[in-house]
Amino acid sequence: MRILMPILFLLLAPLAGGLLDGMDRKISARMQRRVGPPILQPFYDVQKLFAKQRIVVTNSQTFLMITYMVLIIFTGCMFYSGVDMLMCFFMLSTAGIFLYFSAVVTDSPYSYIGGQRELFQEMCCEPAVLLTALGFYILEGSFQTSDLIKADRSAILALPGFFVAFLFILTIKMRKSPFDESTSHHPHQELVKGVTTELGGSNLALFQITEWYENVLMLSVVALFILNKNPWSILCAVLVVLATYFLEILIDNTSARMKSQKMLQLSWAVTIAAAGVNLVILILVR
Amino acid sequence: MANVKRSPWLLHYDASSCNGCDIEVLASLTPVYDAERFGVVNTADPMQADILLVTGGVNAQSAEVVKQLYDQMARPKVVVAVGVCACTGGVFKDCYNINGGVDTVIPVDVYVPGCAARPESIIDGIVKAVAIFQERSDKHDKYVKEHGESARDTSDPDAAARDGNPADFFNALGKKPQEHTDHKEEK
Repeated sequence: MRILMPILFLLLAPLAGGLLDGMDRKISARMQRRVGPPILQPFYDVQKLFAKQRIVVTNSQTFLMITYMVLIIFTGCMFYSGVDMLMCFFMLSTAGIFLYFSAVVTDSPYSYIGGQRELFQEMCCEPAVLLTALGFYILEGSFQTSDLIKADRSAILALPGFFVAFLFILTIKMRKSPFDESTSHHPHQELVKGVTTELGGSNLALFQITEWYENVLMLSVVALFILNKNPWSILCAVLVVLATYFLEILIDNTSARMKSQKMLQLSWAVTIAAAGVNLVILILVR
Repeated sequence: MANVKRSPWLLHYDASSCNGCDIEVLASLTPVYDAERFGVVNTADPMQADILLVTGGVNAQSAEVVKQLYDQMARPKVVVAVGVCACTGGVFKDCYNINGGVDTVIPVDVYVPGCAARPESIIDGIVKAVAIFQERSDKHDKYVKEHGESARDTSDPDAAARDGNPADFFNALGKKPQEHTDHKEEK
């Protein structure tokens, strides 16, 4: 199990991530009363990007991009092999730093601002992410994901506040509107394409695939809130993950971009109000 | 050979358009016409774009920008001139401050006429450009296959010919690419 699950993650996560991305574009289009691209569109895009001429601003860019990708995949594999959850989150932050480096080595002002905002987003997410790990530890007495999925009952029953805080920062982690500060999904914004401005061809394809891995990893953390020793909880977790993803698409399509200062205030306020209060109750009740 | 025709990403540049064609370009992406169903993404980043869509005639100010955008795009790439001004200069053709159509500075593959060009004809033009994009991509793949994966990084000597060599292009038209002229000196 400790070997099988990471291998499955390695192979299936990009497929699942790509399909989710395709569904995202299709559902977004339907919400805007458009036909929208085919579900497999993200795969066509990546295939095309690999076929294009490779243009890099500096050679280190490719190395940094590959490091970012490898670290994210490694984090996912760690998470699925059932090791320390806290360690996974630290690895995730380290991977984010490499994305920042790949953005700032290029000298492009758009890319640079995108990189700065990527760090800023990281700062908004980190408290909620760490508190989530802490909440699981207080509840189950373990950071190991292999122990957490064998819980007697779903963690969400005791950790609803943590769940809310995590859902909130999920929008930031997925770089979706209103928190698409570091990359803009839509054209003609002040950032051009943020951190990905100077990525073209295969490097952009790597970024895209890494994003799929990262999305699947973050949604797996959502699933962890639901999973317990009952096998039926797996089905339940899948449904909750899909509902969560739909909620993200809905928020993405109904909100305008927020100022980064406001994002910091809001994310920390929600983290303290939801996860913080839940934490205090959890400690008092125990 | 990679199938690239399902994913054409556009870069839209307004060289000196009156915004009539620009509105129609945006209209092709709205619910009524929805060009995204062909996988079209309106990107703002030349490094990520496949099709350069230019509206409006080229003047002294925009000529350098059009050239630079074209050079920044990764191969294979296709250029579409949208609207009669981008095709020939249109009603501004003989104005002192207009060089003419987009083909006075970069090779153009598809001309979409109209004032303003209709969304239907713009989408038709994009579909034609996509076919050219696929054709060039196949040639590009063949070149990379022959010369090894490292050939993908470098701009090979035949690349210009595959994209449409500007010199050949202008010879066929029987004219020269216009240089930047400073009208103050002419006085």
